[in-house]
Amino acid sequence: METHQAGSCGSTAEADEKLMKVQSAISQFRMVKGALIPVLHEIQDIYGYLPEPVLEVVSAELGLTMSEIYGVASFYHFFSLTPKGEHVVHLCMGTACYIKGAQGILDRLSTELHVPVQGTTEDNKFTLEATRCLGACGLAPVMTIGEKVHGRLVPGNIPKILKEYK
Amino acid sequence: MKLLTDLEAIKTLTQARLDNRKVTGALPEAITFRSVMVCGGTGCTSSDSSQIIDKLNQEIAARGIQVQVEVVRTGCFGLCELGPVVIVYPEGIFYSRVEVQDIPKLVEAHLLQGKPYEKKIYEKTRQDNGHILNFEETEFYKKQVRIALHNCGVIDPENIDEYIGSDGYQALGKVLKTMSRQEVIETVKQSGLRGRGGGGFNTGLKWEFAAKQDKAQKYVICNADEGDPGAFMDRSILEGNPHSVIEAMAIAGYAIGADQGFIYVRAEYPIAVQRFMKALEQAREYGLLGSDILGTGFSFSIEVRLGAGAFVCGEETALIHSIEGHRGMPTPKPPFPAVEGLWGQPTIINNVETLANVAQIIMHGAAWYAGFGTEKSKGTKVFALGGKVVNTGLVEVPMGITLREVIFEIGGGIPGGKKFKAVQTGGPSGGCLTEEHLDCTIDFDTLTSLGSMMGSGGMIVMDEDTCMVDVARFYLDFTRDESCGKCTLCRIGTKRLLELLDKITEGKGTMEDLEKLESLSNQIRNASLCALGQTAPNPVLSTLKYFREEYLAHVVDHKCPAGVCKSLIAYQIDEELCRGCSLCAKKCPVDAITGELKEPFVIDTAVCIKCGVCFDVCKFKAVAIV
Ligand SMILES: Cc1cc2nc3c(=O)[nH]c(=O)nc-3n(C[C@H](O)[C@H](O)[C@H](O)COP(=O)(O)O)c2cc1C
Ligand code: SF4
Ligand code: SF4
Ligand code: FES
Ligand code: FES
Repeated sequence: METHQAGSCGSTAEADEKLMKVQSAISQFRMVKGALIPVLHEIQDIYGYLPEPVLEVVSAELGLTMSEIYGVASFYHFFSLTPKGEHVVHLCMGTACYIKGAQGILDRLSTELHVPVQGTTEDNKFTLEATRCLGACGLAPVMTIGEKVHGRLVPGNIPKILKEYK
Repeated sequence: MKLLTDLEAIKTLTQARLDNRKVTGALPEAITFRSVMVCGGTGCTSSDSSQIIDKLNQEIAARGIQVQVEVVRTGCFGLCELGPVVIVYPEGIFYSRVEVQDIPKLVEAHLLQGKPYEKKIYEKTRQDNGHILNFEETEFYKKQVRIALHNCGVIDPENIDEYIGSDGYQALGKVLKTMSRQEVIETVKQSGLRGRGGGGFNTGLKWEFAAKQDKAQKYVICNADEGDPGAFMDRSILEGNPHSVIEAMAIAGYAIGADQGFIYVRAEYPIAVQRFMKALEQAREYGLLGSDILGTGFSFSIEVRLGAGAFVCGEETALIHSIEGHRGMPTPKPPFPAVEGLWGQPTIINNVETLANVAQIIMHGAAWYAGFGTEKSKGTKVFALGGKVVNTGLVEVPMGITLREVIFEIGGGIPGGKKFKAVQTGGPSGGCLTEEHLDCTIDFDTLTSLGSMMGSGGMIVMDEDTCMVDVARFYLDFTRDESCGKCTLCRIGTKRLLELLDKITEGKGTMEDLEKLESLSNQIRNASLCALGQTAPNPVLSTLKYFREEYLAHVVDHKCPAGVCKSLIAYQIDEELCRGCSLCAKKCPVDAITGELKEPFVIDTAVCIKCGVCFDVCKFKAVAIV
């Protein structure tokens, strides 16, 4: 993995502010048994992924080795060790969506964005991810871009939807 | 801190409001107050139900009819397919696919003039004589019995008073004030309630094990991981009736002697998490969580832990490790969590839906609950009906109902005039059943005996366009991906199974491969530690058993009868049907289609990547899969 300055994107003030948030998350959970996962959730919330220098802070503060932290972070699909694009496209590949043609949507997303699954576009605009069940199976096939849910998709919808975010 | 008498007072105050949300059969001119219920479940929220609520409030205020109308954001109504859904009481008029621009007219027509807004009335509620059915009389709702989903769609989940108004926290009060721990356990046992998270273990019995442990510290965990792809009942309960889970966790805590609970919920369920947190806050404020609950000396608190997207974490020992801050990897049982669970202390883990039944059982009695269902599977089960079925959504039905009733009556059958092919129950651990099983009853034991499973209640319907080999491949891809990696046969065996299935779907499979599939499946079953590995081969074995001819078509004839497996199909343009409009050529991402305008176009199969775009766009059905 490349090394990133914590919060390398943006000004130092912003970087400081982010680190402050991390510190406060750590102190909030320090006394909680099993603090690591909640802390990782907070960090991913703040940065969109888990930057290595920040994990080092966690390691020092919670007294866990880096290998322990990596072991946990890499086990869970929700955590990412690499930065993501501005908009993360989560296409559901759960059963209900798959049966209703999610594969075709995924292929189309991949062609339109020119990236493979788990890939990020060159301009850092989009990251394409396949996930398991977003719990909106009634609208299958479903994808989310950021917080917004797009349901009842057919491949032909994709170009227009992506345009909204370009 | 609230006392039982305070709850009574709140109940009396709120009940009147809730009573308005019933179908009364009153004549329009006699109606002076209407309740407009807007679905705030995930499905409907994602199709803009929030904006609909805002617009409703605006329009109502603009007409100065606030006192005659209430607008309530509820949990899921079940018919998510038709979202955003709006129901107006007391007529029980069901509006589907409502859009923001419909609102002014809906308010004008229905709320002002008492005439339903024709345009968005759910088709199935219209009768030939012009009469509009109340939604509860439609095929979708008629056979349903809502116990776990009770309150979903009826109350505002973010308002604790409404929960109390509908008998909420009465069961907790009853338990704390009038029942011994053993009596609570006995009642749950008598009800016959079995775990809805997949295992189907008797809930009261599980509680009894934990209660018998002589330890000072015990825990209650609510499993809201809902890892089964294609299931969303737990999510909907948390979104639509979060207090029922909180109340049940406290009751369970009392029964086993625990003062601390955890709920492990997926981070992918933001609305559920947020509503549950809000409910926790309100319960704490009312003193229904915390110390000395209802002045009885009993203390109980609940913490939220977010899952991080690993299916195996739904397995109870793995879940415990995850809460402890480790990788969520299963460990052998025994010791069972009820004896040695979280941080080595006795712990019970219950599924959301299981818990959602508890307060109802306490309130109405064990015999009442056991009155639903079959001899060995009591009560109701919530299914997430999805796939190729008209009414996709959430349905709660008494156990013992048949698959046919659920799929064809409640579910409305297969869309587009297609033929039913299979139904998959039990998620990745389950199996596919066929036409000949449609009249079998749904209960824990029947499904297992047919080689499928109840699982958490995902029910995915498949039609003739679904390739069963591909479905098996899909599930294996899932379990291989989700294996925690601890057991060799689960880690490597599922990979080998997947490779075999890939080979078959590519048309390169042999008869020997079919045998290998079977023998490897049995080995994985026998040599895996947890149920993930033990059940991973189920989709393969059940499809091999019931859809063998489809495997043979792939292996022997190199054909995919459903036209799904890419290597075995080709796209071709039918000269007769092609009008030469050039639309397909314009849309083809790899320029595989050429031709002259008004002449038949041709696909160069060497260039074609089989994306299916031409098939989708052709208005003359000239593109065929061969
Ligand atoms: C791989 C695997 C995944 C599971 N996922 C879930 C789940 O997402 N939710 C759940 O409630 N139970 C799940 N279970 C079942 C739990 O281990 C456990 O049996 C259940 O939560 C107990 O609650 P119940 O008795 O109320 O059903 C899973 C089991 C396995 C083996
Ligand atoms: S069976 Fe699979 S998921 Fe279960 S413990 Fe073994 S390797 Fe892990
Ligand atoms: S299937 Fe896709 S790649 Fe092949 S001809 Fe049609 S549009 Fe072009
Ligand atoms: S399977 Fe896609 S949202 Fe559930
Ligand atoms: S989410 Fe609205 S009906 Fe299910």
